[in-house]
Amino acid sequence: MEPVSKDAGGLTSVPALLDRNAQRFGTKPAYREKEFGIWQSWTWAETREEIRSLALGLLNLGAGPGDFIAIIGSNRPHLYWSMVASQMVGAIPVPVYQDSAAEEMAYVLDHCGARFVIAEDQEQVDKVIDVQEGLTNFEHMIYLDPRGMRKYDHSRLHDFAHIQEQGHAARDELSPELDRRIAGIGYDDTCVMLYTSGTTGKPKGVVLSNRNIIETSKNSSEFDHLGPGEEVLAYLPMAWVGDFIFSIGQAYWSGFCVNCPESAETMMTDLREIGPTYYFAPPRVFEGQLTTVMIRMEDAGKLKRWLFKTFMEHARKVGPMILDGKPVSAGDRLKYKIGDLCIYGPLKNTLGLSRVRVGYTAGEAIGPEIFDFYRSLGINLKQLYGQTEASVFITQQPDGEVRSDTVGVPSPGVEVKIAESGEVFYRGPGVFVEYYKNADSTASTKDAEGWVATGDAGFFEPDTGHLRIIDRAKDVGKMADGRLFAPKYVENKLKFFPNILEAVVFGNGRETCTAFINIDLNAVGNWAERNNIAYSSYQELAGHPQVLDTIQSHVEEVNRSVAEDEMLSGCQIHRFLVLHKELDADDGEMTRTRKVRRKIIEEKYHDLITALYDGSDRIATRTEVTYEDGRKGYISATLDIRDAKVMPAMTARVAAE
Amino acid sequence: MTGDMQMNAMTDQGGYVTEDGRKIGGVMMEMKNITLRFGGVVAIKDISFDIREGEIRAIIGPNGAGKSSMLNVISGFYNPQEGEVWFHGKRRAPMKPYQVAQQGIARTFQNIALFEGMTVLDNVMTGRLTQMKAGMAAQALWWGKAEREEVENREFVEKIIDFLEIQNIRKTPVARLPYGLKKRVELARALAAEPKLLLLDEPMAGMNVEEKEDMSRFILDVNDEFGTTIALIEHDMGVVMDLSDRVVVMDYGKKIGDGPPDEVRNNQDVIDAYLGVAHD
Repeated sequence: MEPVSKDAGGLTSVPALLDRNAQRFGTKPAYREKEFGIWQSWTWAETREEIRSLALGLLNLGAGPGDFIAIIGSNRPHLYWSMVASQMVGAIPVPVYQDSAAEEMAYVLDHCGARFVIAEDQEQVDKVIDVQEGLTNFEHMIYLDPRGMRKYDHSRLHDFAHIQEQGHAARDELSPELDRRIAGIGYDDTCVMLYTSGTTGKPKGVVLSNRNIIETSKNSSEFDHLGPGEEVLAYLPMAWVGDFIFSIGQAYWSGFCVNCPESAETMMTDLREIGPTYYFAPPRVFEGQLTTVMIRMEDAGKLKRWLFKTFMEHARKVGPMILDGKPVSAGDRLKYKIGDLCIYGPLKNTLGLSRVRVGYTAGEAIGPEIFDFYRSLGINLKQLYGQTEASVFITQQPDGEVRSDTVGVPSPGVEVKIAESGEVFYRGPGVFVEYYKNADSTASTKDAEGWVATGDAGFFEPDTGHLRIIDRAKDVGKMADGRLFAPKYVENKLKFFPNILEAVVFGNGRETCTAFINIDLNAVGNWAERNNIAYSSYQELAGHPQVLDTIQSHVEEVNRSVAEDEMLSGCQIHRFLVLHKELDADDGEMTRTRKVRRKIIEEKYHDLITALYDGSDRIATRTEVTYEDGRKGYISATLDIRDAKVMPAMTARVAAE
Repeated sequence: MTGDMQMNAMTDQGGYVTEDGRKIGGVMMEMKNITLRFGGVVAIKDISFDIREGEIRAIIGPNGAGKSSMLNVISGFYNPQEGEVWFHGKRRAPMKPYQVAQQGIARTFQNIALFEGMTVLDNVMTGRLTQMKAGMAAQALWWGKAEREEVENREFVEKIIDFLEIQNIRKTPVARLPYGLKKRVELARALAAEPKLLLLDEPMAGMNVEEKEDMSRFILDVNDEFGTTIALIEHDMGVVMDLSDRVVVMDYGKKIGDGPPDEVRNNQDVIDAYLGVAHD
């Protein structure tokens, strides 16, 4: 279907877009959610009624302009409605990561001074109750799932359905006030506040205006020709800016349907049932799916394995070219068609990606092999580069100009420049208003002309005009002998191996580079099973000599490839160890979006780092771990440290010639 | 008649209110002087206790104390040689297993007893069999009443699947599930029968700490949401003391303690027989 952009002028808020959609697409589904094994759906007209009832209920509770309403839970239609209902009454929705520990949640609720909380279930309600003593502005909490809540003190606690009923009952009295408030929402008023997970320090509240969200949604919908016929699966955290843009901004702008999975565990099944046409996933989801496919293929019969191998080879050769519309011989096209019939089509169907017209990945670098695998199947997977502060889009790849090592050209309406230091700057209509109650950070990130520092180092490729990102600008350092140190670059190369889940490279200001490695329990566990290697725990598997041999071969392969790059050849890994536990957000070692926190890891494991550099073969250590319920414990382990072969640096050879 | 008088006395006994504010009703089941023998072996010797409406009642004791036998007497699987079982104010005659199910008693087993080759959904649906009234022909053709019944019952089963958070394994054959999940599926099947009285035989056996916490939460939630009376046997003392309202302690077929967890914990006989002497 055609994009709807043309006639949407003058609509300056999400509630206004909702009214338009209820009129134009009244009988078309706006939300679906799988519950009790069946997809329940709500049309745009029904959605409008649901949201209005809730908004009237919030009016009834006294919510008003300037209030912050925290929304905590997994992707459910009711929680998306809560955000729009909050906007209707003039309040500001603040979605919060539902897997935050109570203290993290307390920080956010306290920082924004939330007056109301809308929580999904008992688990979230309990967390808020735990910390409510310290929250001065907090007044009422609304919960969605009444299970287990019967015995709670209900003086400040309300059932979502009751709030809607009360709102509906008072509609005659309160509707004029609600309409007045909706009409009063300005283009530069705050649309939403999102907390960045922050690789360093406390989270910051990013204030995004209606202008930011609506302009960005309009531009990006036009860029990819999104129309009211799209289907998306909303499964990424609601507190993440991407989900807000995809599931609210673009969904309301273009009038497409948002599908919510039954639970996090059923996501893959739900994906297959819905068959989204527009799909976003971080690289690890694509990696995980590919690993599953490969593991299952190894268990298949000989004929099937042969078919898969033959046709996948062909797909790798011509698939991406066909997708990009480049000339391909008739014979190859025919073979690809047959492959599509026997292998690619059924495989895409199993993965739930049959109908994907536009797919994006971002957040981390994606392995070229993984990226090419999906593209060779005929899935239009692209990369984008974005930030919360930009309302997601900074650069993205246009159809037909897709590569695994770039992040594309500047998005419509966005200007990008590279500073002297190599840091990437941008400005555009999506640029955030400010960090809430943090003028210093705002000033140090955004200058008077609206240019925002990304904190990433990168450059434009001269011949294509595509942006390439090397690393976080602050992580790029110098080694003791002055050579460039770019840890992320090496870590990404390591992580492209299915056996390696995470890697942390050290070497800033030192003679040589070393690394911590986390094995991927799925891939390595499967390998162990196949080779009759018994193990009882992650720790035991991680310390197995054969596992270490495999990881060593991966490290050496990475060293070979790093050595080829003149600038970065100093980043080869001389020594490494495999960690005895997975790096975990609960322990503060990673952010909630799974980005490594280097400072914290360096402090926590300083004994291991010392051992990496003092030449010892093994090190005994004891590490604190946090369990899911917040209790703490310790694990002890003795880790082997291995030396990896290093290639002679290219620079040396060039100098010799 | 003495029977009537006893019945009045029983129903008139007022309930009590637990620490966390749940109201416990009158006596639902009363065991009076039960003795159970297998040949010359006396498994249960002259035991009396009651189970009240809405209560979580635990039976504990060392290995071989007769706990499972007691549960089998409650479920009507064993008929005691001496003594009487009173259920809802009536003396219960020996029954067939399906009659027990019709009375509103459902159970889970110490050694999981599911249909391994069937999916989770189908296993839980079997728990609804007592609710299905359509004839065989109609069910085979899936026509009329049979179709309506199936849809109604499926809806009920889906609510239980949602309640126990097993949506992701709905279509998975039971044989492929890990132990902790099989236990949960068994609980789901028992709940599908809409029992008034739920009997759990070692619901936490062989589970790790996390699985035990999950199972405890489900047991409490079942009791709270559906008002189901629960009688359980369990070895994990921490779990028993946290979950149950009243505890019966057995040793060598005899009752040596009965009361709220705190009282039982401090009972010298119990400490000697079980808590104190068993491990030191």
